[in-house]
Amino acid sequence: MAFLRFKGIGITAMAGAVPKKVIKNLEYTEFFPEDQVKEVVEKVGIYERRFADEKTCSSDLCFAAAQKLIIDNNIDRDEIDLLIFVSQTQDYRMPATSITLQHRLGLKQSCIAFDVNLGCSAFIYGMSVVYSMMQTGNIRKALLLDGETRSKVYGPRDRRSAFIFGDGGVAALVERNEKFGETTLSLNSDGSRADLIMIKAGGYRHMSTPETLKERVVDEYGNMRSDEQGYMKGGDVFNFVIREIPRDIKKTIAEAGKTVDDIDYFCFHQANNFINAYIAKKMKLDLEKIPHTIEKYGNTSSVSVPLTIVSELKDKMEGQKTLMMSAFGVGMTWATGIVSFCDTKISDVVEVEEGQPCDESLRRDYTPIETGSEESDTHPNKED
Amino acid sequence: MNVQEFIEKFAEAIDIEATELTADTEFRTLDEWDSVAYISVIAMMDEEYDIQIEMPTFKTLKTLGAIADYIEKNK
Repeated sequence: MAFLRFKGIGITAMAGAVPKKVIKNLEYTEFFPEDQVKEVVEKVGIYERRFADEKTCSSDLCFAAAQKLIIDNNIDRDEIDLLIFVSQTQDYRMPATSITLQHRLGLKQSCIAFDVNLGCSAFIYGMSVVYSMMQTGNIRKALLLDGETRSKVYGPRDRRSAFIFGDGGVAALVERNEKFGETTLSLNSDGSRADLIMIKAGGYRHMSTPETLKERVVDEYGNMRSDEQGYMKGGDVFNFVIREIPRDIKKTIAEAGKTVDDIDYFCFHQANNFINAYIAKKMKLDLEKIPHTIEKYGNTSSVSVPLTIVSELKDKMEGQKTLMMSAFGVGMTWATGIVSFCDTKISDVVEVEEGQPCDESLRRDYTPIETGSEESDTHPNKED
Repeated sequence: MNVQEFIEKFAEAIDIEATELTADTEFRTLDEWDSVAYISVIAMMDEEYDIQIEMPTFKTLKTLGAIADYIEKNK
């Protein structure tokens, strides 16, 4: 059983961004009758979500969050030695989005930048990578960016996923400092359940064809989607989660040498309210200690844990705090963190429209990445 | 375990009248049986009986009586 333990490393500042466009779930009735929608919405406890417009990507949400963080905290961009972008809704199949963000954020070329491709548990995985690299002692400041536009992944005609997912992005600044106590992370994977949540086509196993784009009826309830869209077997996921998650949380708290009472806040992946309320009840946790955003942002995949911290714990992070983070999802992967925080500065959540922060002071000029031309300066060889 | 007791808990979980159900009811044919009902039943089994059942196994159980038997044998 692999636990990772760190000391003297922590998140010193956080910021979050969401698309400006609000989807009201009870009015999301284009494809399903109102009474059915009401039943599902009340069961999952998701009343509003944010949807990225056509011009907004995960990277734009993370850019806005990172700009907010850098400006609010007066961070010297040249001190950022590492940028990790966590997402499964990246801008391109290549290059990695982290590299384009290095350019757009005006970070130096000696900044290490790469992507981590994982689902709902990925913020904690991202932390494990950043904290490990921090431990070498050669990195001053690291930016952990986590963004998702899951609204673009799931189709509106599959009621199993149509009311669940929303979009968001966060930025976390990680630094070394004696003030941070111990952080213990537990990371787990079970590839035998890879088909519980999946987008089948568009990779190299099932490359995109006109066929994979076609919407078709996929089950006896008349749910429709294409193979380019994600699906989720919610019941099977739930079954898995209620077995594994409480167990992993208990083990990790014990491994960290703490008890449930030592935890200031329990930050769960915002999957849906049914799952979250069930786990809280099963583990007999104090509901006052469980911040939540499921009702207003929906399930934003890996962004949900840090976005909930930014949105709900802004004025509650003074002094030493111990947070539990717990997340699970596509893979399946699941992770638990008992994380030391101290005086973490949290910025207000900002909004993004048409790929740009709505607050103009957060925008930044940069040379566009796509030039629209593949012409090079060399000449093709001419015969004769 | 009392089958009738299980049937009442099942009915409560998916919000129908227990009088409509017997041990021979093939629950997947009920109008109310959908993905929401499914997670409600899984939650009920975990909560009431501490039973977490693997999907392939659950799929082999056709009637309420069969689930009750399974719970009895695996408690």
